[in-house]
Amino acid sequence: MGCAVTAVVQAGRVTAPGRATAHQAVDVRPRVRRLGLRKPVPLAAGSGVVLLLAVWTAGSATGLIDPRVLSAPWTVVTTGVDLAVDGRLVENLAVSLGRAAQGLAWGVLAGVTLALLSGLSRLGEALLDGPIQVKRAVPNLALLPLLILWFGIGEEMKVVTIALGVFIPIYIHTHNGLRSIDKRYVELAETLRLDRRRFVTRVVLPGALPGFLLGLRFAVTGSLLALVVVEQVNGTAGIGYMMELARTYGQTEVIVVGLVVYGVLGYTADQAVRLLQRRALTWRRTLED
Amino acid sequence: MAAHAGGLSTTAAAVVVRDLVRSYGTGAGVLDGLDLEIAAGEFVAILGRSGSGKSTLLRALAGLDHDVRGSGRVEVPRNVSVVFQDSRLLPWARVLDNVVLGHEAPPARAREAGRAALAEVGLAGRERAWPNELSGGEQQRVSLARSLARSPELLLADEPFGALDALTRLRMHDLLRDLLRRHHPSVLMVTHDVDEAIVLADRVVVLDAGRIALERRTPARDGSRPTADPGPHRTLRAELLEALGPDTDPARKDTL
Repeated sequence: MGCAVTAVVQAGRVTAPGRATAHQAVDVRPRVRRLGLRKPVPLAAGSGVVLLLAVWTAGSATGLIDPRVLSAPWTVVTTGVDLAVDGRLVENLAVSLGRAAQGLAWGVLAGVTLALLSGLSRLGEALLDGPIQVKRAVPNLALLPLLILWFGIGEEMKVVTIALGVFIPIYIHTHNGLRSIDKRYVELAETLRLDRRRFVTRVVLPGALPGFLLGLRFAVTGSLLALVVVEQVNGTAGIGYMMELARTYGQTEVIVVGLVVYGVLGYTADQAVRLLQRRALTWRRTLED
Repeated sequence: MAAHAGGLSTTAAAVVVRDLVRSYGTGAGVLDGLDLEIAAGEFVAILGRSGSGKSTLLRALAGLDHDVRGSGRVEVPRNVSVVFQDSRLLPWARVLDNVVLGHEAPPARAREAGRAALAEVGLAGRERAWPNELSGGEQQRVSLARSLARSPELLLADEPFGALDALTRLRMHDLLRDLLRRHHPSVLMVTHDVDEAIVLADRVVVLDAGRIALERRTPARDGSRPTADPGPHRTLRAELLEALGPDTDPARKDTL
């Protein structure tokens, strides 16, 4: 290094003595306004949540926040612990998770099947895509009265509602994923004389997997959203039921515990899908990082 | 025009194309009554400017022209394999899985054939790699291995080395010659590189406006090709470039 620098300086002295000093240490760059983001600050991601918690704590401690409006954070924590200890939280959580999982499973199955039918055949597309787009335009909540009439207010209605919310993003993203598979791979499959079954399992499904997994992320969060709604319609168990009951008795702290549980559930589920995404798409990760 | 000058071998034709017509709806025919025969084990290179119909011919032989209007007779062997300009490896399948994709043999035998083919192209040990981890030349070698693993009777190659740098391309020429010496498929290779055509093929065909404009056998048919005897090579090269069109010169041949 040192040698190289002296060499440059000496060369500079010989050819252009005036410029040698300017080239030595000063980092001269063309001036370009930065439009992109600066480098991320470490640990900054959590600061918003910490700030919010701090405001909440301070408000409760000073009495600015009425505990009837919003319980103090420590009340929420102790209530959470109490609920967990006496088993109510776990029991309700299990019921809720069971519902979400069941709805998710049916929704994913329906979404993938419909995406394949409509994605791989012109007839399927003509028959299926239209109605699904119409369904997509109707808010899930607007269907609830009809679903209650059809399925009653029991478990069936709840699972169906969740599944109906889930299959849309799965369908949209899987369909889009498999329709955007490079035509060159289809040609390849033709020249390799793949039969339809192998074409679907070796080319279509893996090719549509990135799309499917993106849809799954939406679907997982969607299933929890639908859960909130259906559990407050005449439930007899579940996190939503627990919260609804707490509203009747004015137990703000239980409601907040329920909210926290929903939040943690959603976040954990999303992280789980992202992990799955990274695992399943190793072939792509070699490009990304 | 001295077409058929080399004399077509009428014995054991692997490929027979008779009066082939193809057009893409816009009226003008892309292939206009083309006749071509390829003998078993023969290597034919197709040269032509863009729009001369060379890719259309290859796609017709590969059976990839589903929605293209046309008529004529195309006879190809049962076992045809295509090498594309891009390696066309499925990015989500590991190298060996790509090589055995669609292989007719039972899985164990297919994988064995796949491993052998990979070893032949010098990629033994890379079976578990992802295609994206390989260089362009390596990817194209995997694609060659995929074709060879199913012992094709006819190998169709659409500018197989067009996307590679000059040095890699020369290495691929050697590799291909070596592979063909052992496997003996008939080959139809579309290329825009006159030298590549002369160096590799037994016969060079120049297409123009959907018809054969010129057809020549290459100087030597054994291993001691052009470099040992540059004279005939140069003459043929000049003749082919002439047939490719008036605005063709060696410096611009890549844009054809």
